[in-house]
Amino acid sequence: MSAEMQQANQEMEAEIGKAPPKETSLWKDALSRIVKSKTSLIGLIIITLLIIVAIFAPLIAPYHPVDDGSVIDRYQSPSAKHWLGTDALGRDIFSRIVYGARISIQIGVIAVGISGVVGVLLGGIAGYVGRWVDMVIMRFIDILMAFPSILLAIAMVAVMGRGLTNAMIAVGIVGVPHFARIVRSTVLSVKEKEFVEAAHATGVKNGRILFRHVLPNTMAPLIVQTTLSIGTAILDAAGLSFLGLGAQAPKPEWGAMLNAGRAALQSAPWVITFPGLAILFVVLGFNLLGDGLRDALDPRLKQ
Amino acid sequence: MLNYIIRRLVMIIPVLLGVSIIAFSLLHMIPGDPARSMLGNKANEAQLEQLREELRLNDPYLVQYGRFVTSTLQGDLGKSVKSNNPVGEELKNRLPATMELSLFAIFIATVVGVLAGVIAAVKQYSWFDNLSMTGALFGVSIPIFWLGLMMIMLFSVTLQWLPPSGRLSTGVELDTITNFYILDSILTLNWTAFKDSVTHLLMPGIALGTIPMAIIARMTRSSMLEVLNQDYIRTANAKGLASYLVVFQHALKNAFLPVLTVIGLQFGFLLGGAVLTETIFSWPGVGRYVLQAILGRDYPVVQSTILVVAVMFVFINLLTDILYKYIDPRIRFD
Amino acid sequence: MKKHVWRTLLAMSLLVVLALAGCSSESGGEEGSSSNNNEGSEDSEEASSNSGEDNTLVFGRGADSQQLDPSKVTDGESIYVTQQIYDTLVQYKQEGTEVEPSLAKKWTISDDGKTYTFKLREDVKFHDGTDFTAEDVVYNFERWTESGDFIYYGYMFGASEDDMGGIIEKVEATGDYEVKFTLEKPNAPFLSTLAMPPFAIASPDAIKEHGENYFKNPVGTGPFKFESWTQGDKIELSKNEEYFGKKADVDKVVFRVIPDNGARFMELQSGSIDMMKGLNPQDLGTAEDNQDLQILRRPSMNVGYMAMNTDKEGPMSNEKVRKAINLAIDKDNLIKLFEGLGKNAKNPLPPSIWGYNDSIDPYGYDPEKAKTLLAEAGYGDGVDITLYTMSNPRPYMPQPKVTAQAIQQMLKEVNVNVEIVENEWESHLTKTQNGEHDMAFLGWTGDNGDPDNFLYVLLDKDNAKKGSAGNIAFYKNDKVHDLLTKAQTEMDQQKRTEYYKEAQKIIHEDAPWVPIAHTTPPVVAKEYIEGYVPHPTGSEAFNHVKLK
Repeated sequence: MSAEMQQANQEMEAEIGKAPPKETSLWKDALSRIVKSKTSLIGLIIITLLIIVAIFAPLIAPYHPVDDGSVIDRYQSPSAKHWLGTDALGRDIFSRIVYGARISIQIGVIAVGISGVVGVLLGGIAGYVGRWVDMVIMRFIDILMAFPSILLAIAMVAVMGRGLTNAMIAVGIVGVPHFARIVRSTVLSVKEKEFVEAAHATGVKNGRILFRHVLPNTMAPLIVQTTLSIGTAILDAAGLSFLGLGAQAPKPEWGAMLNAGRAALQSAPWVITFPGLAILFVVLGFNLLGDGLRDALDPRLKQ
Repeated sequence: MLNYIIRRLVMIIPVLLGVSIIAFSLLHMIPGDPARSMLGNKANEAQLEQLREELRLNDPYLVQYGRFVTSTLQGDLGKSVKSNNPVGEELKNRLPATMELSLFAIFIATVVGVLAGVIAAVKQYSWFDNLSMTGALFGVSIPIFWLGLMMIMLFSVTLQWLPPSGRLSTGVELDTITNFYILDSILTLNWTAFKDSVTHLLMPGIALGTIPMAIIARMTRSSMLEVLNQDYIRTANAKGLASYLVVFQHALKNAFLPVLTVIGLQFGFLLGGAVLTETIFSWPGVGRYVLQAILGRDYPVVQSTILVVAVMFVFINLLTDILYKYIDPRIRFD
Repeated sequence: MKKHVWRTLLAMSLLVVLALAGCSSESGGEEGSSSNNNEGSEDSEEASSNSGEDNTLVFGRGADSQQLDPSKVTDGESIYVTQQIYDTLVQYKQEGTEVEPSLAKKWTISDDGKTYTFKLREDVKFHDGTDFTAEDVVYNFERWTESGDFIYYGYMFGASEDDMGGIIEKVEATGDYEVKFTLEKPNAPFLSTLAMPPFAIASPDAIKEHGENYFKNPVGTGPFKFESWTQGDKIELSKNEEYFGKKADVDKVVFRVIPDNGARFMELQSGSIDMMKGLNPQDLGTAEDNQDLQILRRPSMNVGYMAMNTDKEGPMSNEKVRKAINLAIDKDNLIKLFEGLGKNAKNPLPPSIWGYNDSIDPYGYDPEKAKTLLAEAGYGDGVDITLYTMSNPRPYMPQPKVTAQAIQQMLKEVNVNVEIVENEWESHLTKTQNGEHDMAFLGWTGDNGDPDNFLYVLLDKDNAKKGSAGNIAFYKNDKVHDLLTKAQTEMDQQKRTEYYKEAQKIIHEDAPWVPIAHTTPPVVAKEYIEGYVPHPTGSEAFNHVKLK
């Protein structure tokens, strides 16, 4: 959802800082900076927590997210028995949120994996080969970007059919342009660098240059983009599920839980309150870490 | 400069072509029978076939695409199969509704965002800086559909301050001229309608404006910090110019670029966000219209509306890019 | 604990944002929020102060009308409004589906059941001032045979491309105020069908004048005249002072579209609308507790069911499996999801319709027996099946998604794994009519109160054709077919009743469905509304409604 936003952010930052990266010291410094920076540390903690919750979901959740529940226990307010209350079918909301962590990680990894792989390939080829190949790829990217991202994702899901998998694919495709653009512009600037020209001169093959010299230099912006994109992907996918297009019942996906709870906004507000907080919390984690990483990997802020 | 504009315009042509193809073919890939969705489950096969003939759904795709492009160029956006209403007429009401909401959201985002960003930069590391930047971080992370629901819960259900849906209360009359209700009520000096439409705008506007607000605040702060650390500001300060004057003169100048970027690049975001916001607040705009059309298989509506939205998006992007370059010639475009 | 802190933080930040917004746009924000406390009361004051005697009824609903030409639509929201504007030759009584005079003051039926002669009222005028005569009736019926756009005509009278008139052979004016209908064969439900809102008589002058745009400029003879329509927003009607029947008490009716059920209910609570339909079952408690509101339950003439695709190879073609599924569903618990808005169903017919077979013994809840049956059928180790459901609530199924999940839970107990496949209404229809499903939710609201309108449409083999099936169980039983077609041409209601009761027995044995519920969709009104009687067919004229 805030994909375009990040693009704006990114482009602004890119305009200002265009200093060349210095390989090894950069990574060491970055690591120490991440640990020192309070924001990225909080982000890291949130994400670690998310992963732990996802792995140990069966141990943490007091109930089964789908099977445990009876119509008789529907819409119970938070209590000692059900910490965050129950939903329309008497299922424990806390347990559903805990299991939902798994789905969120899945969404983040798969959707951003798609954006990343496709985006890096397209951007890398466009930037490195240049000429008409660049022209064709970038026009294609322009076309993708001419649609508001969530609208494009909705349309794609309408074509492919509802469901979590299709929603993840749609969100992944919508995220391609950002990766492609970043990689392309980095490749363009690296291509002119002396060590690449030297490699060329000594007759090293194109593919080898691309993979050994050019792409590694795009790592820093890519890591930042990936982290931020995971947050965006989770938000977008939750949005689709909220509209009923993503995860289908009875999956404990957070956006779908919001969708289901909407009818009970007045009579059982806890049903929508907590899954929304979970989304907020996790996306915040990725944004914090992404911010921290950007500060850490961006040598411009080195003082 | 002129060269640049021409080059950009030329580059737009293939994009528009691609956009129209996608808009057209998306809907033909969607499973479902438009004739069936128009007639409902009580129609028989003969009636369906007759309608398919009428809509010329049995023609080859290429012929249908050709017809779509020609009629669109002639300004005919087709008719909704659901309501039988021309899409163009429908958009006449709905585009202003979405634009009003988006502009209101940008307005709130800009005013609050710039103000917060400037103060945060001037008082770097103060409690305000910390609070507003934490707020901004939450702002970019919040699911706006959830924020909308929470606001309805707080302001409509619990406090009963604000109406949960629509643009105007029943019983409030307004003569529409532009279909921007705030503007219309000012033009007709109708203060009841003015007040009423502002109250209706408040919640959806804030929900939609939250993310841009957070980003504007952060951008303003960081570009302000850059400026404040520059020598000429220090010089100005040393010269004894009243500090607030220095700050705000430069603040305004420097806040302008990020805000412009956000408005330009975020138009698409706002339209996309409008799908969710309009759904939650029953706002009669384009976002909800196109969502309903996609879900209800209203083919002509989807293809025309998506096309219109995308074309608008493309041109607004172009406009901001040009403006951007005009304001700050240092910026290069590839 | 932690969550509480978060919640407080969130609320606080919202307030801060709002306050900031207020400060920055002083004129707008401040005024808006401070005076909004009394919005509801202000509105009603304004409404009554606009003109002294103005009393307006504002009705909230979830979707707009598609067209205001009832002969061309099938959606209830269109009919809801046209019911106010038009009259039919005969009409349903206020509290049932027996017919009574309306535009026709009396009628005679020939002994062979093929000729109907109607004497028309002579004091009726259309809203455009033209007189209503026999010629107008003929004009309307002829118009409906001109193209396939008139869906209900085709559907109720069996019209097809080769035979656009269907069972109606001819309609002729035998005098200024006398119309004669000649039928090809006797049709038992004919009179009841004529009372359906799609067969309302419209002004021929207006149809000719507006042509393609007639649907936006409806002219009838009914208790309210059409005033204006802002599509997607509202429709305004005003009282017809010259109405021949009971003149309306309210001067104006406004139909407002508020798509979200919850938001609509909030608008009702705050007083910006007077009545609404489409209440979330969860809000029923809140509505009941509210002293200012009354709940009017529409008498049930519908059925919500789960059809099992008997035609598809696999478990569902096996009668034992279908019976097992009936036995494995705990309907007493399932009905709780309807929050008191519905009753358990055991037959495809609702009990309010004559011919209902009450002697049928429902399957009951017996998971052990279900397991045995499944084992006998060879599915003792479990089986995977799909359940297709629509994503939006329907009057006969207010919570399809939740109901589907509840059934999923119940069937899991007997080792039947259900995959829920959710689709938007239109695609749900397409897919189920194509027979893609193992099991599917669907439902039906009666059109004319005749059993034929349920049993023949939903369970006869004539309607089990792929692509346009009303019978999405694809249930084909020749004995049932015999009974149902015999009942169509039999004019003696006693005999018809017997046929229908017999058919229900066979259907129960073959178990092509799990009948789920007959609902009573609520209309919620402010306590000051009087005289509103919801009709079983789903819509009613507002001329009896009063604002206290």
